[in-house]
Amino acid sequence: MPFVAYLDHAATTPMRPEARAAMEPFQGDNFGNPSGIHSVARRAKTALEEAREEIAAGLGCRPGEVVITGGGTEADNLAVIGAARVAATQGRGRRIVVSAIEHKAVAAAAHLLEPEGFEVRVVAVGADGVVDLDDLDDALTGSVAVVSVMLVNNEIGTIQPLAAVAERVRARAPGAVLHTDAVQAVPWLDVAAAAAGADLISVSAHKFGGPKGVGALVVREGIELEPRLVGGGQERGLRSGTVDVAGAVGLAAALSATNAGRAAEVVRVGRLRDRLAAGLAVVSGVVPTGDRRRVVAGNHHVRVTGVAAETLLVALDRDGVCAAAGSSCASGALEPSHVLAAMGMSRDAAREAVRFSLGSASTDADVDYALEVVPRAIERLWVAAAPVAAAG
Amino acid sequence: MVAMSGGVDSSVAAALLADAGHDVTGVTLRLWGGVTDSGCCSVGDVEDARRVAAQLGVPHYVFDEAEEFEARVVTPYVRAYDDGATPNPCVACNQELKFGRLLDRARALGFDALATGHHARVRRGDDSVVRLARARDTAKDQSYVLVGLTQRELGHLAFPVGELTKAEVRAQASAAGLRTADKPESMDVCFVARRDRVEFVESRVGARPGVVVDVDGHELGRHDGIARFTVGQRRGLGVALGERQYVVDVDRRTHVVTVGPPEALLRDDVVLRDLVFTHTRPAPDHRLAVQVRAHGTPVAGVLDGDRVRFVAPAPRVAPGQIVALYDGDELVGGGSAC
Repeated sequence: MPFVAYLDHAATTPMRPEARAAMEPFQGDNFGNPSGIHSVARRAKTALEEAREEIAAGLGCRPGEVVITGGGTEADNLAVIGAARVAATQGRGRRIVVSAIEHKAVAAAAHLLEPEGFEVRVVAVGADGVVDLDDLDDALTGSVAVVSVMLVNNEIGTIQPLAAVAERVRARAPGAVLHTDAVQAVPWLDVAAAAAGADLISVSAHKFGGPKGVGALVVREGIELEPRLVGGGQERGLRSGTVDVAGAVGLAAALSATNAGRAAEVVRVGRLRDRLAAGLAVVSGVVPTGDRRRVVAGNHHVRVTGVAAETLLVALDRDGVCAAAGSSCASGALEPSHVLAAMGMSRDAAREAVRFSLGSASTDADVDYALEVVPRAIERLWVAAAPVAAAG
Repeated sequence: MVAMSGGVDSSVAAALLADAGHDVTGVTLRLWGGVTDSGCCSVGDVEDARRVAAQLGVPHYVFDEAEEFEARVVTPYVRAYDDGATPNPCVACNQELKFGRLLDRARALGFDALATGHHARVRRGDDSVVRLARARDTAKDQSYVLVGLTQRELGHLAFPVGELTKAEVRAQASAAGLRTADKPESMDVCFVARRDRVEFVESRVGARPGVVVDVDGHELGRHDGIARFTVGQRRGLGVALGERQYVVDVDRRTHVVTVGPPEALLRDDVVLRDLVFTHTRPAPDHRLAVQVRAHGTPVAGVLDGDRVRFVAPAPRVAPGQIVALYDGDELVGGGSAC
């Protein structure tokens, strides 16, 4: 098999061996439904609650504050919609404040509520890709139901000043519930500390070496949510449906392993990323996006002037380099990025933006290979795009 | 690179090339962001293309061309009908997107050729000229919608199913177990498929009502909008007439629709714009077969400058309609009627 450099960890990560090993029994003999009363159920229940404790320890909350969900999107939906509906019922306001660079799982959830009389206030970001705190202040007037600001952006990798956001929310809108989408943060930041000021925290297992289709929402004690799924009343009534025990166990194992290895991994991947960035910086036409000093260790995001990302990604894929751009629609085609638009980038420029995201699987060999393939592909596409006369 | 619409023809085109040992990559264009029902761009069709590519073991990509499709195909289409003309969006899509932007992109990515599932044949002779001929299955021939291709494109194109009958294409697809083997053909303009053309055009630009007159200028009644009429049309005239009547003219300025008997439609010639040739302009006295619809029966004519002179009077060609010129089974060029 030809060499493949996987530089798309922000999309998903390979499963950690710890997670696979931890999950294995629950895909075999230990198949119980944790809600039952018999021995088989009890074994599953014990495993689920141990996983919950492990997740709570990893995210800096109490076990009773962890709700297992079917992934990051479900956690985000439950947080935003659930908290907003409760706030409205209790007369605490109908304003939802979200940053302009939220993942669609947050943004679409907020806009879904508009027909119910909620007002969605979108907070601007600067050209650096970081939320504008002055604009946040302006947004925090009147009765605010929910504020949602992500911890790390999924496209450009910028770390958002969540502590400062929390401080402002507490001062200016004390009745508001603060949610943070920490889906992209886990590999790079100690979420327990970085999101300490948030009432609700979303994570997704497959972004840090766990399985797909499982996530968690931290719901701090005293925060009420209206459930999105009703039925058997599992997860304190906040998420009905038989819990994916194997998934929860995998999430817990991946989280613990990530937390334990993070300090070294951030240094290791950061060096790889810096080497990739330095190598691409000398390729003409390559312009880094936003403020690169404020991004997580695994992210490198650039605009390649004059080369359509859609074309470049195909060229890279043909040579075995996996990268990404924007977000994909149902058909798999690329859609223009709302994140780059919020940063003031034109639509045409945004179509030339490419994300390389490194992580646990990344090695020096990947970077070497990418630095061989990417500049060559860019050059080739440039020559092809040049007017015939200029090309001779 | 193979442009895969998710239909059976382009699926088999990809399969034939892969079987022949080519380094094949499939691409599907996402053309239409609006109501997607049939045609070439619904999510289901993309999925069919993706699955066929996976079955063949070749990579597959989706290129989003929705904005370009809107600007270069849909908007001109609507404008043409609003102008009383009869556009051919398939030709526009082929010229602008498939054999324009996509071919450029394929070349930029280092592909030697772009293949599609069109029923037509590329002929490479002893000279360096690349010729374009009708498909072996004459009933399914699609060379008409390839008007506009020149040596620049033809040198880099392949139409692998052009040598097969439609039945053979389906048989090949079945034999290979391709999921598109029994897929029905798309018939209409992809972006207006389930809705009707008039509704589509009028929803964008509004109706342009006016009067219907006979060839002597006598008013016969009123009509609800010029987009409903196309030169040569017989049905749906909305006025009670004794004998067989046809639309003989649509006036974009006054919105007057003129109807008349079949003989009022007859013309000796048609003037073309955007006239292009696949390789060389035919001699002015050379007898050509002139085809004005995708599956229309050709009539004889000669090309004199930008004017096609019919050997015997022929029904008027509506403005905007594509006129394809054939020498035997070879497409020599064409343009759109003025």
